[in-house]
Amino acid sequence: MQRSNDTDYTVIEDIYTTADASFDEMLTSGRHVNSHWRAFIAALESFGLDEMQVRHREVRRLLRENGVTYVVHGEERGHRPWELDPIPLILSHSDWEVISAGLTQRAELLNLVLADLYGERRLIKEGVLPPEVVYAHAGFLRGCDGIAAGRSLLLMYAADLARGSDGRMWVLSDRTQAPSGAGYALENRTALARVMPNLFGDVGVHRLSFFFRALQNGLSEIAPHGKANPHVVVLTPGPLNETYFEHAYLASYLGYTLVQGDDLTVWDGRVWLKSLDGLRPVDIILRRVDDVFCDPLELRQDSRLGVAGLMEAIRLGNVVVVNAPGSSVLENPGLMPFLPGIAKWFGIVPNGGSLLLPSVATWWCGQPKQLAYVLENLERLVIKTIHRKPMDAYPLFGAEMSSAARATLRERIRAEPHLYVGQEQVHFSTTPSLIAGRLEPRHATLRSFLFAQKEGYVVMPGGLTRRAAKKGALIVSSRAGGVSKDTWVLADEPEPHVSLWRQPKSGYLRPLAYDNVGNSQGLSSRSAENLFWVGRYAERAEGQARLLRIIMDTLQASPLTEGTRGGSELTYLRSLLRAVTGFSGNTDGRNASKGTTLTDELFAITLDTKQRGSLVSTLRAMVSAAYAVRDRWSTDTWRVMNNIESLCSALEKKVLEKRQDWRSAPPGNKELETRAQQDIQTEIDQLMIFLAALTGLNAESMTQTIGWLSLDMGRRIERALLLIWLCRSSLVGASDNWVEQRLLEAILAAAESLITYRGRYRAELHFPTVLELLLLDESNPRALVYQLKRLQAQIRSLPREKLGYRLSPEEQLILEALTQLQLSDTMQLAERSEKMPERQGLEKLLARLAQLLLEISDALTRTYFSHVQGPQQLVRIN
Amino acid sequence: MLRKTVHYQITHKTHYTYSDTANLSYNEARLMPRSFARQPYKHYTPNGVLSEWGHLQQVSRSRFVVEPEPANYREREDFFGNTVCYFAIQRPHQALTITVTSRVEVQQSSTAAREVAEGATWEEVRAQLHTAQHPEILEIRQYLLDSPMIPMRLSALREYATPSFAPGRLLRDAVQDLMARLYTDFTYDPGFTTVATPLAEVLGHRRGVCQDFAHLGIGCLRAMGLAARYVSGYIETVPPPGQARLVGADASHAWFSVYFPDVARLASESLPYGAMADPSRSASTGNSGEWVDFDPTNNQMLGEQHITVAWGRDYSDVTLLKGVVFGSGTHELAVSVDCLRAQDESLWVC
Repeated sequence: MQRSNDTDYTVIEDIYTTADASFDEMLTSGRHVNSHWRAFIAALESFGLDEMQVRHREVRRLLRENGVTYVVHGEERGHRPWELDPIPLILSHSDWEVISAGLTQRAELLNLVLADLYGERRLIKEGVLPPEVVYAHAGFLRGCDGIAAGRSLLLMYAADLARGSDGRMWVLSDRTQAPSGAGYALENRTALARVMPNLFGDVGVHRLSFFFRALQNGLSEIAPHGKANPHVVVLTPGPLNETYFEHAYLASYLGYTLVQGDDLTVWDGRVWLKSLDGLRPVDIILRRVDDVFCDPLELRQDSRLGVAGLMEAIRLGNVVVVNAPGSSVLENPGLMPFLPGIAKWFGIVPNGGSLLLPSVATWWCGQPKQLAYVLENLERLVIKTIHRKPMDAYPLFGAEMSSAARATLRERIRAEPHLYVGQEQVHFSTTPSLIAGRLEPRHATLRSFLFAQKEGYVVMPGGLTRRAAKKGALIVSSRAGGVSKDTWVLADEPEPHVSLWRQPKSGYLRPLAYDNVGNSQGLSSRSAENLFWVGRYAERAEGQARLLRIIMDTLQASPLTEGTRGGSELTYLRSLLRAVTGFSGNTDGRNASKGTTLTDELFAITLDTKQRGSLVSTLRAMVSAAYAVRDRWSTDTWRVMNNIESLCSALEKKVLEKRQDWRSAPPGNKELETRAQQDIQTEIDQLMIFLAALTGLNAESMTQTIGWLSLDMGRRIERALLLIWLCRSSLVGASDNWVEQRLLEAILAAAESLITYRGRYRAELHFPTVLELLLLDESNPRALVYQLKRLQAQIRSLPREKLGYRLSPEEQLILEALTQLQLSDTMQLAERSEKMPERQGLEKLLARLAQLLLEISDALTRTYFSHVQGPQQLVRIN
Repeated sequence: MLRKTVHYQITHKTHYTYSDTANLSYNEARLMPRSFARQPYKHYTPNGVLSEWGHLQQVSRSRFVVEPEPANYREREDFFGNTVCYFAIQRPHQALTITVTSRVEVQQSSTAAREVAEGATWEEVRAQLHTAQHPEILEIRQYLLDSPMIPMRLSALREYATPSFAPGRLLRDAVQDLMARLYTDFTYDPGFTTVATPLAEVLGHRRGVCQDFAHLGIGCLRAMGLAARYVSGYIETVPPPGQARLVGADASHAWFSVYFPDVARLASESLPYGAMADPSRSASTGNSGEWVDFDPTNNQMLGEQHITVAWGRDYSDVTLLKGVVFGSGTHELAVSVDCLRAQDESLWVC
């Protein structure tokens, strides 16, 4: 009966034809569909694999738009989009009960081991654990001895599991210092839930939010000095780290502040966040920085990722670091063969009993018999060192090595046997995977996550499943092209929705999220600075794009080709081009170079990423500043950022192609020139829409706290500078009347004020009136005075020390700028004569204003953004 | 009984001058001498009985003064039992002075000689170190391994050590021979190395300072499968005849220490591996051996002129002063050490 049911499922017929002898997660030993897979397979059957592929594309688009990435070192462009196979790994309720009990037992055991190794070390003194397994391990940090005595050390724990051919789950490795993956697991679930919302309810899947709630609770329980509502930060090595996306994602999901080492300082034995309004105490650090980088004073001296004095602050009990430094000693396959003995010694497992979840069979070469076994069976084992080192070649698969390589390895093991283990090569189970529209079996492993609460460890009901890219392959890492999967643990009965929002105990709800994220308590100076620069770059890009469009409109409208343009028109166009390049501060401009055509220049200005100041490089700088404050953006904002980044790549590609076409064509080919320009224009139009969306989202969807203030100040300063530069590059110099009229019109258009002007004056362009609208009209949101007034108000609302009646440097500077501007007379500014064809007065005023604005930017940086001074070592070792 | 006691007043002054104002500095110092006792023992050699003196170092007072006054100051014991002083300065400063003044009593005596390492050859010691299940030996096994500044994979270390370790040689004779060879083969040359000069380079050029010679000795011993550690301290300098003692002319010093297990005792309690897992049997008290110090820079054993500050696997474990400074620009360093005998004549008691 069952059999006939199974064969009714057409979606899985490929599984039967391609499955090998491995244990398969979906199939019973009799090759039937396991009961816990039936609901899913039935659902899949009802909407079909074609529909699944559609949803897979949707998942991909979601992940890409949400900016879910994994940074791969040494690859061009760095970020690799996260790959998610929409077919989950499904685990039954009863199966999971055994697994989660085993994981809890192992976490408890490892926590005891850690406390002993950094405490009495009885495991070593009493001969339970050979000393070399610990003392030769690079993760055993003597400076951490007794560092957190009496406290739980292993708060967060992750284990990589795989199912052996006997159907049992085995532990392949332990992750104890700063386990990654929980955030990706959450993102996987979120993405799948978006595209297959009904399925979760139909199948009855455990929710993940429960685990993150436990994590928040667990953290609030361990605050130093029993503090309520502790300030928690997520310490990341920064945007270059391979899992930076996850750090930002988790920080934002959990409502914690994302910081880098430089954002923190130790003062009076406590850890503080350098924020816009001074130092804010930090109680708990959820770190994603490796052990040895945590403190340049006591650990690795060359670390720029940690905080000097952190170890002492931990010892004093003023901060809790999760996990405590030193915990990487447990990421140690050398421990595995001794765990059963250790468990007995601690009384966790009775004599004759065994661990609920066994480790994969491991031989530590520090013992003569085990060494002999490993050397003899190299071709059947996986060889690992007891600690991982960067650029390490391990693990090595004996079966895949040449006999010469194996001989070399044997020599290396013999020289320092205590540093090596041999592990059985487990042929772990396969699970149905979506491969080119069909279900095929792929080997997979599961990373599980645990977090300690007072009453015990909580296991994430799910985890991060990774499957191999190719059939039969056993390496599942992202680097090797492995793809992730959601992990479904089936619930016994439907469970209530758990929200991360706390329910108020009394009627009054304390705005926790606001406390931690909204105001400056949660905003590090670094984040504020990055937001400021996002603002500046976004505004700059918008200005450049708008101006480029005007130039191209002119080129298109003109019947002339490159060689036949008149002097006036060329002067006009070159003035505008100078304005575009001038935005970046390259005042000399590219336009001076002889022998280049206007179209060539246009390409360079749009595209040239090697030179600062091109549109594409401005956009890339904006995206990179935005990425550094990844946790600050809403999903929608991030989607826009991602679209802008994709557009950049498209633009680069297109411009390269068009430049080729254009160059290979005979000179003066108007048609080709036009087509090349039209193509770029389409992209720029698209870009303008995205930039406008970004501006809108920033203005309407960000809470107007200090983070928004930083961003908007950046925008004001940049908008003011752009306008100044526009005027300086085109209105100051000598030009004939025709050119001047055209320039005034272009500038009004670039400053989005042309319609206002026409509506108001309905006259020809009158120089002093145009100047008034652009510089002095307070009702024009594009006018210079408008930007300065707004900036003045913003500067006033910044947090600062009380100075009595004295003004802060930035207040003085903005006051001077505003006064100079408001005291100016547009009639005088417009004046010029035969003798003095250039408008000296205008130039003088604008130059001074530009200088003041740059000084304001510097003053803000000094006062608010850079509490950061580089550290120096008194003594250098190594 | 023969006893000899010397009292020292040691002043160790470290002065940093910064080119720019330093705003914040975090420091960790291992500058306070530690108290310890070594049992005297007898040593049987083919040439007769050799008495090793007992050595007692007692620190009666140690004062740690930082200028400018630090915002935080705390003393603690590190992994090796050394005293670590942590301090942080949180206000702008142009200079930093650390003055440590310690009163130390060094006593050498010949009472109640215990029999240690009776006629043990270096191979016997090595075997004992690798197999004995005594809790102290298990802890000491870490001194057989690589340490940050002494990578033993350096085959040159073993090559250099081998002539001193003839088969069947007593450990003490072997180490003394190694010390003497280091003393003769290497030139003391303060200009040649820095704290970061790799051992291979020292070995290649045959020159260095006390720290390098100590590291070399340790490396050679570990390469032979023996336990050795690094000792930082001072040595009293004696002025040339007819000249006055110069204040501050002394310097910090370093040497190495070798573990001599009590082979006979360990053999009598030898237990199969893992047997100590029974907590009731872990009660083995008393020393399983003794550390013996050798100073290869002076070709001397630990004497009344040696004052011990700290010990560890190598220099990186006992760095005198570490610091992270913010905003200091470049810095200049001046160090002076003064080991003053409280009484000029040493006291002999019979």
